[in-house]
Parts: sequence; structure tokens; C-alpha cells
Amino acid sequence: MHVWLAVTLVVVGLFSLTIGATDVSLGPALQKVVRGQALTRTEAIVLWDIRAPRLALGVLVGAALAVGGTVMQGLFRNPLADPGLVGVSAGAGLGAISAIVLVGFAPAWLVRNVGDHLVPVAAFLGGWGSTLLLYRVSTRRGRTSVATMLLAGIALGALAGALSGILVYISDDRQLRDLTFWGLGSLGGASWAKALAAGPIIVISVLAACALGRGLNGLALGEATAAHIGLNVQRVKNMAILTVAAATGAAVAVSGGIGFIGIIVPHLLRLAMGPDHRPLLINAALLGALLLVLADVIARVIIAPAELPIGIVTAVLGAPVFLWILLRQRGMVDL
Amino acid sequence: MTLTVRNLAVHYGRKTVIDGLYADALPGALTAIVGPNGSGKSTLIKAMCGDLPYDGTITLNGIDVFRAQPWELAAVRGVLPQTSTLAFPFHAIEVVKIGLTSGTEADHEGRASAALARVGLAGYANRYYQELSGGEQQRVQLARVLAQAWAPATASGPNWLMLDEPVSSLDIAHQLQVMRIAQNFARAGGGVVAVMHDLNLTGLFADQVLVMAEGQVLAAGRPADVMTDGVLSRAYGCDLRVNTAPQGMAPFVLPHSIDASGNAGFAE
Repeated sequence: MHVWLAVTLVVVGLFSLTIGATDVSLGPALQKVVRGQALTRTEAIVLWDIRAPRLALGVLVGAALAVGGTVMQGLFRNPLADPGLVGVSAGAGLGAISAIVLVGFAPAWLVRNVGDHLVPVAAFLGGWGSTLLLYRVSTRRGRTSVATMLLAGIALGALAGALSGILVYISDDRQLRDLTFWGLGSLGGASWAKALAAGPIIVISVLAACALGRGLNGLALGEATAAHIGLNVQRVKNMAILTVAAATGAAVAVSGGIGFIGIIVPHLLRLAMGPDHRPLLINAALLGALLLVLADVIARVIIAPAELPIGIVTAVLGAPVFLWILLRQRGMVDL
Repeated sequence: MTLTVRNLAVHYGRKTVIDGLYADALPGALTAIVGPNGSGKSTLIKAMCGDLPYDGTITLNGIDVFRAQPWELAAVRGVLPQTSTLAFPFHAIEVVKIGLTSGTEADHEGRASAALARVGLAGYANRYYQELSGGEQQRVQLARVLAQAWAPATASGPNWLMLDEPVSSLDIAHQLQVMRIAQNFARAGGGVVAVMHDLNLTGLFADQVLVMAEGQVLAAGRPADVMTDGVLSRAYGCDLRVNTAPQGMAPFVLPHSIDASGNAGFAE
């Protein structure tokens, strides 16, 4: 399964490099790369500075969101869970909106040094901060209550939403446009700087999450039984929460709000190969990357030369697929 | 190489559920814990499994249960909980394999199949767990526990089965089947501790009985010695009369009803 997904990902990835708004045909350019010939200046810029980092970011973000969703569904023992449940999305949204609206109040040295990266940095810190807060709230005497976390996450999400609302209220028209588009998600601002900043965080946390397979299988039987079969349940929970917060925090920071990848990928894979988390996690990384790169291709060509925010594409394609999955396995979903 | 409980105290919040309890269970014997609802049976077995914070000392094969790492305990005992849930649509055999760590995938497959066969579910390996009846699910869980604690006795000591109401959702034939599996595990040198509601099955299968009431051990010993009118009536707070079956010496219990005049009589 994972071999096929990897091969498809490579094919779609190469294809995505040849698609875009410029009329530079990159098919020949790719052939040049393979043959080791020199590229023209335009080809080099479009290929290396625009499309390649975009592809890299698409792969990273897709893998992070899909693995994040798989881990959350395993941790919460609930097929409706997604990374948003640990407060990453709400916190990251609040961080991003704060950066967009309050940038005028930021000290000059900060704006000068962080510059364009203010929004992603604020989004990442917001996502992390809210997850750590949620974790503190739901942990007593070294034991994290997953149920408390779920409910407190709803409360915290509402609070972050209200604070975001205040910021939206005081924002001007240009800021309003910026933050609306941030919320719809895009890989449009991709650069090597972003890919290299988010890359290590996402790669390390996705690899760490892929090692949680046995732990999440055990948790499917309940926490008590997971401990009885020899798992350190609290360590599994810690790893799950921290890796999801880091991976999706970094993903949301560089791409904005992209929905449905996190919830749909684990469902599709469970239909195809069953619920064993050990193969599921690595396949989720591959399928998430594949679907997001595919969605990005669609976003770029459907109204070319303009491009659609990718969050709209994933929602338009994802929501019906999700409904189809639910109708197919009606009776198997048990809350 | 026994299970020892010394001066155990368990509190739920401010409520003391067990206070100053001493108990022992030996390998080679099926030890049943009986007592009325709320007497602390389930709390006791949970403490023995390391599920609860407690005061006092519990050791299993010399391992301090409170300080032990989860895998140290998992290596010597399997636990069948009172109720089990399963979050995702696993096949029955996958559930059985979840508890296995050492060995190859082929070993796991073989042992899981054998465990399913032992609980009478040989043809059920690739059935979805959620589609099984309550009793079948209970037996799949027992197969999982058996697969984990596979050998009753090993060179390094006995393995243990901790069963919290193992027959609660089973029909009478499967109740007997499950009790026989537990008994055979004990006969082969393993340790079995079972919380039981059914006093007659307890009388038939238990080697040792621990009668609990209000967080204390009211009596402990062989069924014939412990399951008496006085002890059981006191434990359960109702009039019970113990008899022995014509063949064999296993005790059985009938409840007494009190008629309007206050005279005891057999229930119809």
C-alpha cells in the first residue's frame, strides 16, 4: 500500500511542477534537469523558487495534517476527531489574526527582524500555546483526562473565537481581506524559507507520531486495557499531543486553515486497509501529502491564471467524500 | 511467587472503599472474590492490577505492583476487565493480537488463532468485533488475555489471569466453558483471580474463596469452609442457605425468602 502511495505521490508531484500560471512550459525544463542541461533564467526561477518550494510545502503540510488527524482519532477513540480538537487550529487562528490586525502596534525592531514571517510565527506560537494550556487544564496528578481535554478544547476554542471576533471587529478592510484569505488556506506564499522552517518540525513530529502505532492500537481497547497489555499510557498520550501540536501547528502556520485532510485521510485508509495504526500512520502521511498536492494543482488550474484558496478545494472535495464514507459504514460508527 | 496484599487501603476521593485488607492468592489455584455490590471486589482486583492508586503493598511474583512499569506486569499477567469497548472496527483476531509483543508476526498469528480456538471461536478470526454478540465479544477479550498470559507456568514463575466478572454476559454453557478454561490454567500451575457474582459457579470451580463485605475480608479459605450459611448471609445481608450437591462435595446456595409471618422458606 505505502509503495503505491509513494509512487503516486512522486508522479503527482512531478506533474504539479509542470502546472501553473506562467506560460513557461516546464515539461521541457524538467527534461533539461534530468539530462543535466542548463535552464533559462525564467525556467530556473519558476521551477526552483516558486513551484518546488510549493510542492515541498504541500507534501509537508498534507502529511502533517493527515497524521495529526489519525493520531487524534486514535487518542480520542473517536472517528470524528481531527487536529483542531487539541486547540491547535483555534490558537493558531488567533495568533495569525493578532499578527495581521495588531502588526501596527508591534515594536519596530520586531517587524524589521521577523517581517513577512510574523503571521506564521504568531500562528505557530498561538497553536502551541493553546495546546499546552489545554494539556495543563486536563492533566491532574500526572494523568491526562482525554474527556476533559475534549470538552475544555471546545471551551478554549470558543474563547479563542471570541477574541478573534474582537480583532476582526477592530480590523480595517485590507486586514479583513488578509485574515479571511488566511482562514481559507493557501500554499501560494510558499518559499524555501518557509519550507525549511516548517520542514524539520513536521518531519520530526510525523516520524515520532508514526512510532505510536502500537500505543494507539492499545488505546482503542480503552486506557485500562492499554496499560494491562504493557503500554505506558501517559507516555503515549504525551507523545500524541506534543507531536500533533507541533506538526499541525507548523502546518497551519505556513498554510493557513486547510480543512478535511485531517479527518478524511484516516477514514479512507481504514476503509482500504483496516484500523491497525502501525501501517495506518505512515500511509496517512503519504496519502495526506498526495491529496494536498493534488488539491493544490486543482486550486491553481481551475480558475487560472488566478488561483482558488486551497481550503475551499479540500472542503468542496472533502465534505462529500466524508458523507459518502459515513453512509457506507453506517452502523459501524459508534460514538 | 504469589500474589500478596498487605494492609491495603483504597480511597475514592474522601470515601474509603477498602481499609486494612490482607489477602493472598497462590499459583495453581483459582481464587474467587465474592461479595455484594459495593463490597470492594472490583476495587480490590483493580488495585491488584495496578489500575488504582492505593496505600499498602501488593506484590505479584515479587514485583511491587505500584512501582512496576506497565510492561513488567504485562509480562506475567493478563487482565479481563468487566466491560470492554473497542473504538475501531478491528477483526476479532486483531483484538487478540493487540496484547502480544515478543516474537514474530507469525508467532502472534498462531497464538491468537489457538487462543480463539480455546474459547470456542475458531471460525471467528476475520469477523468484525463490533458485529459479534456481547457474549462472543467477552470471549474474544478472554482470548486476548489468554494469548497474553499464554503459558500458565514458565521457568521464571507462574503467569496470572485477573478476571473481573468473566462470566457476567454469558449463557450457562459458556459460563461453564470459561470457568473450565480458568480452572485448567490454574491446574497447569498458573494463578487465577476472578471476581465472581455467581456463588454456585464459585462453589463448583473455585479452589479458594475470598468473601468481601464493606471493604473488608469477611472470610477466606476453601469453598467448603468459607461458603457457610452464616458467612454468606452476613456478607450479603440476606438469608442464604448452603447445601451440597448429591454427587461431589461442591456447595450450592439457595436464597431464602421470608414470608409474611416472618418464617423462612425456600423460594419457589
